[in-house]
Amino acid sequence: MEVLKIATAGSVDDGKSTLIGRILYDTQSLTTDKLEAIEAKSKANGFDYLDFSLATDGLVAEREQGITIDVAHIYFSSKTKSYIVADTPGHIEYTRNMVTGASTSQASIILVDARKGVIEQTYRHFFINNLLRVKDIIVAINKMDLVDFSESIYEEIKADFQEMIAKSEYKEQNITFIPVSALLGDNVVATSENTPWYSGNTLLDHLEGLEAQDVYEQSHMRFPVQMVIRPKQTHFHDFRGYAGKIYGDDLEVGDEITVLPSLTTSRVKEIYFFDQKFDKAGRGSSCTITLEDDLNISRGDMIVKNAERPNVGKQLEAKVCWMDTKELQPGTQYFLQSGSNRILAKIKGVSGVIHTDFSGEDITANSLKLNEVGNVNILMSRPLAYDSYTENKISGSFILIDAHTNTTAGVGFVK
Amino acid sequence: MELVTKDRNTIDPLEAIETHNNTATLAINPLESEAIYIFREVVAQFEKPVLLFSGGKDSITLVRLAQKAFYPSKIPFPLLHIDTGHNFPETIAFRDKLVKELGVELIVRYVQDSIDQGKVIEEKGKYASRNSLQTTTLLDALEEFKFDAAIGGARRDEEKARAKERIFSVRDDFGQWDEKNQRPELFDHLNGKISLGQNVRVFPISNWTELDVWSYIAKEKIEIPSIYFAHTRKTFVRDGMIWSADDAVYREEDEVVEERLVRFRTVGDMSCTAAVLSDAVTLEKVVEEIRASTISERGARIDDKRSEAAMEKRKQQGYF
Ligand SMILES: Nc1nc2c(ncn2[C@@H]2O[C@H](COP(=O)(O)OP(=O)(O)OP(=O)(O)O)[C@@H](O)[C@H]2O)c(=O)[nH]1
Ligand SMILES: [Mg+2]
Repeated sequence: MEVLKIATAGSVDDGKSTLIGRILYDTQSLTTDKLEAIEAKSKANGFDYLDFSLATDGLVAEREQGITIDVAHIYFSSKTKSYIVADTPGHIEYTRNMVTGASTSQASIILVDARKGVIEQTYRHFFINNLLRVKDIIVAINKMDLVDFSESIYEEIKADFQEMIAKSEYKEQNITFIPVSALLGDNVVATSENTPWYSGNTLLDHLEGLEAQDVYEQSHMRFPVQMVIRPKQTHFHDFRGYAGKIYGDDLEVGDEITVLPSLTTSRVKEIYFFDQKFDKAGRGSSCTITLEDDLNISRGDMIVKNAERPNVGKQLEAKVCWMDTKELQPGTQYFLQSGSNRILAKIKGVSGVIHTDFSGEDITANSLKLNEVGNVNILMSRPLAYDSYTENKISGSFILIDAHTNTTAGVGFVK
Repeated sequence: MELVTKDRNTIDPLEAIETHNNTATLAINPLESEAIYIFREVVAQFEKPVLLFSGGKDSITLVRLAQKAFYPSKIPFPLLHIDTGHNFPETIAFRDKLVKELGVELIVRYVQDSIDQGKVIEEKGKYASRNSLQTTTLLDALEEFKFDAAIGGARRDEEKARAKERIFSVRDDFGQWDEKNQRPELFDHLNGKISLGQNVRVFPISNWTELDVWSYIAKEKIEIPSIYFAHTRKTFVRDGMIWSADDAVYREEDEVVEERLVRFRTVGDMSCTAAVLSDAVTLEKVVEEIRASTISERGARIDDKRSEAAMEKRKQQGYF
């Protein structure tokens, strides 16, 4: 069975959690004990309907306030697919958690409240999905029951959204619009009788039709070394294996490789997965490889194919999405971590804050506040092997770690 | 032979090696690859990791994944078992055998010792359980050995508060989980940097479901304790759940003991783990049963039924 990773997005109260709860309910994915708990809690809250958001809002604070604070990961399966759903918060304060959920998802369902239309947070979330290059976007225009299932309202919102799409940078995104009522179930799993003017798929049918893909996508082979395995046992006395996960493309025994940043070269001798040897391993595989030559390789190095070298340097330009209350200021030090590589880095400068409503850039800005996205110039203490994010998602992205609090303060996308 | 990581979730219990046109292909699951990746990150990023081993199916699965992650080296960290004293005897025997085979170090710390030292007070009466007392023993053990990363087998599909947990989940000096202020976790860039006094809980099988675990156990032919299979046991019924009639489980006089054909879906402290009626005597039958089941695994855990937010509260205090 294929696994499809999806995330929700959209402003607070647009109905994201309710929608996921509704899908779970309509696909009989809620176990009896969980359903009973939802029934009891809905009743206790004085609702005469089932509050499906309770299926994902698992924290006490969330249930008290009726909002989502952090991502919930939900699992269900249909006949053809397994789904991993990241139900994310809409509140601006928790944007970092929305980015967390979206970063590992192939598809995003962006909800819009039909009564409110496209608002600031819709712009921001679409912008982030664009920045992350999430492949499939479903715009679910929700709460259609509260606008009498009006076709004209649906069309107006769709037109507003399309105006925004026209300004976006990542054009290969597949975008689909669906009018739904998460609360009542219209066009979620079952086709609605209230929208005769809509001839498209229901949300679930649409998801079922998507081709599941690895979020890291096909590109050049990248093998970030996580650790060196040296068993030093009699049987494996001279064994020196490099453990890591293969990204981008296949790796084969005999492949001519370059180690970065040292630029030393060798050939792949063996590929191990546990105690078995393989001639070839596909992307996504965590394996251990050995090389023909004894090279000095350690954690953080990257192994690539000779003909497909990435950039190597001490300086890079990136779009950074800031997630810390402490502002990003030029001159400050952070640890830059990309995969297994962590390097001390210094912010050289911020050359502008990008408006997340696609209205351009504020080039006078020289710092980044919480939830802002900006162009940042970074200097590193050691050379890093990197790609542009559009070419390779793993070697083209990184996190910035605050050197004092150790928190993950921002995420960067190499230009 | 060729290794591919297929985008499929449920691990096929059938033989994984397929042969087409003379090339044999081993298809591994992305979840398995992800778990191995996480194990390696833990060992590379932390000074003193430990694997929390309960003897249950999830921790047994973790052990297998750790073996794969570091082969041909041995598992480079010890196992820690917090013994409530109310274990099923089958799981203890199983644990000792496994540890011997793997040649890894096993550390055992006892809840009874925490009680004797007056650090925790034993619960009394009908719903008494040592489950929540474990937390103190666990935190003490982490401190005693200065472990900075504790690897556990919790899964996000188990419970609504667990659905919110990160893969690298930071705990403060008191072992507390600050659920409203978790670090963002992006792509495969796992941030294991911590300050003095903090430690991290790591969950390599976060994204696995109960069915994934069972299918994996079946596929890998992993040995598991016998209580996971249907067996005849002296039991009694309370609140619609089936309990083992054992000294460790409090029983009222009017609660009648009967022999039933049962198995356990989850193995915790005996006093809070209920059995289910089952005739599944093989792994294949167990997989079938899970697939068809309409109640969740933790539906049989009385510790979660104490209150709506039982798990979240225990986690805040440092529970696994
Ligand atoms: N009438 C109607 N109400 C809805 C619909 N969908 C959601 N709601 C209600 O809108 C409110 C907010 O729903 P949630 O699902 O919690 O919204 P959310 O988008 O998850 O909110 P955050 O996660 O906090 O951003 C709840 O009271 C829902 O019952 C719908 O289709 N129709
Ligand atoms: Mg929500």
